[in-house]
Order: sequence, then C-alpha cells, then structure tokens
Amino acid sequence: MLLAHLEHGAAGSGGGADVAALLAAAGLGLFHGINPAMGWLFALSFGLQERSRAAIGRSLAWIVLGHEISVLPSALIITAFAGQVSRGVAMAVVAGALLAFGSWLLLRPRHFRWVGMRLKPWQLAWWSFLMSTATGAGLMLAPVLLHTSGGASHHATAGLAEGFGAATVVALVHAAGMAFASGVVALVVHQVFGLRILRTHWINLDRVWALAFLVAAGGVALAWWQG
Amino acid sequence: MASWRPDPTFYPSPSLAAEEPQERYAYVATYWRGEGEPQKDALAVVSVDPAADDYGQVVGWTEMPNHGDELHHHGWNACSSALCPGNPHPHVERRYLILMGLRSSRIHFVDVRQDPRNPTIDKIIEPEEYKAKSGYSRPHTAHCGPEGIYITNLGTAEGDEGPGGIALLDHDTLEVKGTWEKDRGPQYLAYDFWWHINHDRMITSEWGTPRQVEEGLLPEELLAGRYGNKLHVFDMVRRTHLQALELGPQYQMALELRPAHDPQHQYGFIGVVISLEDLSGSIWCWHRDGDDGDFAITKVYDIPAEPVADEDVDKLPEMLRPFKAVPPLITDIGLSVDDRFLYVSCFGTGQSIQLDVSDPLNPTKVGEIRLGGIMSRASHPAAPDLPLSGAPQMVEVSRDGRRVYWTNSLYGAWDDQFYPDGVGAWMAKADIDPETGAMSLDERFFPHGDDFRGNRVHQAHLEGGDASSDSYCFS
Repeated sequence: MLLAHLEHGAAGSGGGADVAALLAAAGLGLFHGINPAMGWLFALSFGLQERSRAAIGRSLAWIVLGHEISVLPSALIITAFAGQVSRGVAMAVVAGALLAFGSWLLLRPRHFRWVGMRLKPWQLAWWSFLMSTATGAGLMLAPVLLHTSGGASHHATAGLAEGFGAATVVALVHAAGMAFASGVVALVVHQVFGLRILRTHWINLDRVWALAFLVAAGGVALAWWQG
Repeated sequence: MASWRPDPTFYPSPSLAAEEPQERYAYVATYWRGEGEPQKDALAVVSVDPAADDYGQVVGWTEMPNHGDELHHHGWNACSSALCPGNPHPHVERRYLILMGLRSSRIHFVDVRQDPRNPTIDKIIEPEEYKAKSGYSRPHTAHCGPEGIYITNLGTAEGDEGPGGIALLDHDTLEVKGTWEKDRGPQYLAYDFWWHINHDRMITSEWGTPRQVEEGLLPEELLAGRYGNKLHVFDMVRRTHLQALELGPQYQMALELRPAHDPQHQYGFIGVVISLEDLSGSIWCWHRDGDDGDFAITKVYDIPAEPVADEDVDKLPEMLRPFKAVPPLITDIGLSVDDRFLYVSCFGTGQSIQLDVSDPLNPTKVGEIRLGGIMSRASHPAAPDLPLSGAPQMVEVSRDGRRVYWTNSLYGAWDDQFYPDGVGAWMAKADIDPETGAMSLDERFFPHGDDFRGNRVHQAHLEGGDASSDSYCFS
C-alpha cells in the first residue's frame, strides 16, 4: 500500500514522497539515531544496569515511539499549512522558521533539561518526545515535506489527503532511520567498543544539528529564489 | 562556550576514571584565622606530580578579595555526571572550582583550566545576592549534578538558624537558580549531601545551625543531643522528602556522606562524630531494600575513645578534661572510587583508619596511620622532631586509589577548642598498595607551616576529579 501511495505520489504534480525525499527523511533519522543525547545512551545505560541486551531494545522501542509522536504531528501540521498557502509563502515561512530555530539552538547556552533516571516506559517515551520537540526534529522535516506536498497545487481535499499520506510515510521512514541507527550504535557500543568511546567520539552533535538548520534554511531559500 | 568533544576529565564509569592520567595538582582551600600574613583566604595549588622538581610544594596561590570568608569545602562546576543519559551535556567544561565562604556566604568561581598553576577568580556571587536568590546562607558542600550545581547550606537566608538545605546554581551561567527543595519534610539541620544518581535518590545529613557551629561546639547543646543525628532521603526529581533515617539521640553530628561510586549500588557510608554514651565515633552504612524499597541504616564500625591517664588530664583541652579521654572525632571519610577502601579521619586521636568495605555491612580494618592528635601529637616522617597539631581531617583519594591526601584543619572555631595552642597547617600523603591496601606515608610530601603563609588548610580537590567529586552513570 505504501508503495502504491509512493507511486501515486511520485506521479503527482512534482510532489509525493519520492526516493530523494525518503532518503532525506531516513538520513535525518540516522542523524538522530547516532546522537547519544537523543536516546541510545539511555537505552545502553538501562542495558548495563539490568545486564540485559533485551533492555536496550525494549527501551529503544519507547524512545523511537516518543520521537515519532513528536515528528508525525509536526509533519502533518506542516503539510496542512503548505496546503493552505502558496508554495512561495510556504517556502519563505519554512526558511525563516529554520533559520530562527537553528540560530536559537546554536546560541542558547542551555541544554534540554530532564532530571530523572528511573523512568517507566511511558516516561521514557515522554522524555524522547520532549527531546525531539525541543530540538526541532519535526521542523527539520519541513523542507522534505515541501518537496512532497507541492504546495498550493493541491488545494483539493484529495490533494491534502495525499499530502498527509506522504507526510506520514516521511515521518515513519524518519523514525525507521532513527531506530536503525540508534539500535546499531547502542549494540555496537555495548558489545564492541565499550563506554570508552563516549569520551573520544561524542562530538557535539547538538551544534552540528543547529548548523544543519541553518544549511537547510539556506537550501529552502535558494529553492524559493530560483522559483 | 561549549566544546566539540567531551571534557577529557568526564569519565563514564568508576573503572574508566581510574585508568586516566594521575593528577598533577591538588587545589587546597586555605583560610586565615588571625595568624600572620596574608590575612586573606586563598586557594593554594600544590604540586603532586612526583616527577616534578617542585613536588610537594605550593606552586600557585590565589587570594580571595575579601576578609573573613572562611573557605571550607569546594566543588566543580561540571564533572562526570555530565555524561549521564537523562541529562547529557558533555560539552561543558570542568573548569571552575566553586569556593564557598562558610562564614561569609560568598561564592567564588575560580578558573583552574586556563592556567592550572595560576587560577583566576572569574566570578563572585556576593552574600546578599546569594541569600536572596537561594533562600539560604553558610554554603557548605557543592556537587555537580543533573540540574546544575547543587550547594548545601547550614542556615536559612536570614539569621543564624535553620532550616538549612540545598541551593541550585546554573552550570552555564553560574547564576543562582533558587531553593532546591520543594518539600523538605522534617529536615531542619543540614550538612552534607550526595546521591544515587541512577536511582533518583538524594541523601542528606545533619550538623548544626550557624548559631550552633560558628562560635565553636556548644557543650550544653551537645550534651542535650541537639546536633544532627539523622539522614534524609529525597526524591531527586520531585525534590521531595521521602524518609528520615534515625541514628538515635546519643549519636551527634552525622556528617560526611560517601555513596558507593558504582551506580548500580544503593548503599553508602556516613561518619558520625561522637556518641554521648562513650565518646566513640562510628561509621554507618545506609542501604536499600531491593531496587525500589525503603532505605535502612546500620552501624558498621566503632572507633573507641582513648583514655588519658590522670597525670595527663591537664594536657587535654578544657572541654575534654571531665571525660579523661580523647574522642576520635570522626570528621571526614573518603571512599575509594572502586568502592573497596574507606578512609576514616579522626580529628581527636590523630588516626586515619583504613577499612576494607568490600562487604559494606562488615568492614574490616586493614591499615592505620597517626599524625598529630590532641594527646599524641604524632610527627611526620619527613620532620620527625616536629610534634604536629591538628590531625588527618579532610581526606581525598585519587581516582586510581593509589594516593591519599590529608589536610589538618577542621573549622576555625572548632580547631581552637580542640587544639587551643594552635592547629598549625600541614598536608600529608600516603601511597596505597593496590593489592593489600597497605598505607605508607610519603616522606617527600609534607608541605607545612610557612608553606601556607599563615593560613590553615581545610580541603583538597585533585586535578581532573577525585573520589569525592564525581558521580558516574555507568558501571
């Protein structure tokens, strides 16, 4: 069904979740997945605490769920917005939002704060939801969604429904990318590298992420400029 | 400004902390109490690198700008807890030592990263601001943790009484955020605190209010059992009081808390200064029933008072003469990062007792050294003819557990009561055999007297963290 939807979307008027969009969504998911601050480190600590690899997988499932609960509604809202305004306006707003949010992430001296370590599964999902929302995971999908939605060319209800379908696919692919990356990293660190890697290879991905917003803003602005 | 890589002095686990290069410097809080120059409290930098030409010497000296702070404990702005997954911020720096004036309520942030031998004061929070924003006064111990910098305080903002408690500071802006507790329950007296970070449980202990400590130990309050004798368990997330652990009214002054470093464990040790029944000091172990049950506390070790012969009673400080004995006065304890050895400082008798606490409820004594002491005045092998005042007091254990450092002063007014002819100033170090635990005093390391320019020495922290400064989230 997804494939049918994809084909349908790809055949649409320049929109739909095409391969490039899906790769971009998956890539953003992979980025989130490798970031220790987005969840795999939490899963790993539960695994070490309980001396169980299963605990890693179990907690990652809740973390990915929380992430998706943040990303999916954002994707749907962005799609609905893009369906209501002209493509030019949508792109200008998205570029502005990405620029503003990226600058805020880059310049603020604070971290996302959460104080608990003994979390029930739903609390872990809630933590992941807040973390994803605070870091703008859903917003970052906006350029991908603009690409899939085709803007105001889909004014009809059918067009919006199609846009929602594509947005859902994008959000799910994104979550799959995140789940894959975080699962692989957590297990490899657990089984192969050990905790030592945290001290040497934990580069400041939060700052990379903030810069990525600015790059994405530039990309959308450029596309807007080129019409 | 955040860095690109984690601070190299953040360690994911206790065993990884032990692997890293050993400390080159000890940072020692010193304070002036009316003897000689320079009349200002200072942070002394002591070289502890055995290969250095200036080993065992004071190589840096950073004066505080005001008089009468009485520097006491200090702590780091950031440490290994920054790697904890619940609130990861590993790209801050372990850069500032937070030097608190226990008497003045002034907070100094001293940068020791820029130039480790010449620390500079980057920021000061004045007492009025600290009291107004924190709700407390007389800051005592600082720990870096999930929400920022936590500082325990003996008294409330106004006056000299309680309740004492914990203030929270932002580790980025170094601003006071406010009172930490949302519900302190029956807790009134405050002293030390630490936590089981992976289990969201904080443990706090009790000394006395500013009125009860600032002019010296009040014998009538002691005999009435009015100093602290409880531990408190708090929910670290909700900031609420959960449990009070009673030691019994005869046990007075429940001071330093040393939880197990392995984050899987939920036990730890506390030193209790004195028992009113026999003047003994004691070590207690708190422990939890399962992962989520209640905490309980058990006395696990007693150190008896040492009797004094009738003809020597006059040599005792006035307060102790009626008892004809020297109490051990356990004023500090230190737990090695591998949770194996507990070092117990006895400010009265001059002992440092080393306990093997591998079985936490059944410690066994494996070593002892003696320096100073009210009656013994034991000398250091580096200066065998020099009788020492004071005693092994604050104890600091290196991350690898191979070196232990002591400083000899407790607190101005209390020093004067127990060592009325002067407590002096000295710092000592022992090497530890990692297999047997045997302690041997290092004859090359004995900064003392004029080395500290007339200041008394209270507490040392070690470059890159030590056994009393870091919390680990992984085992």
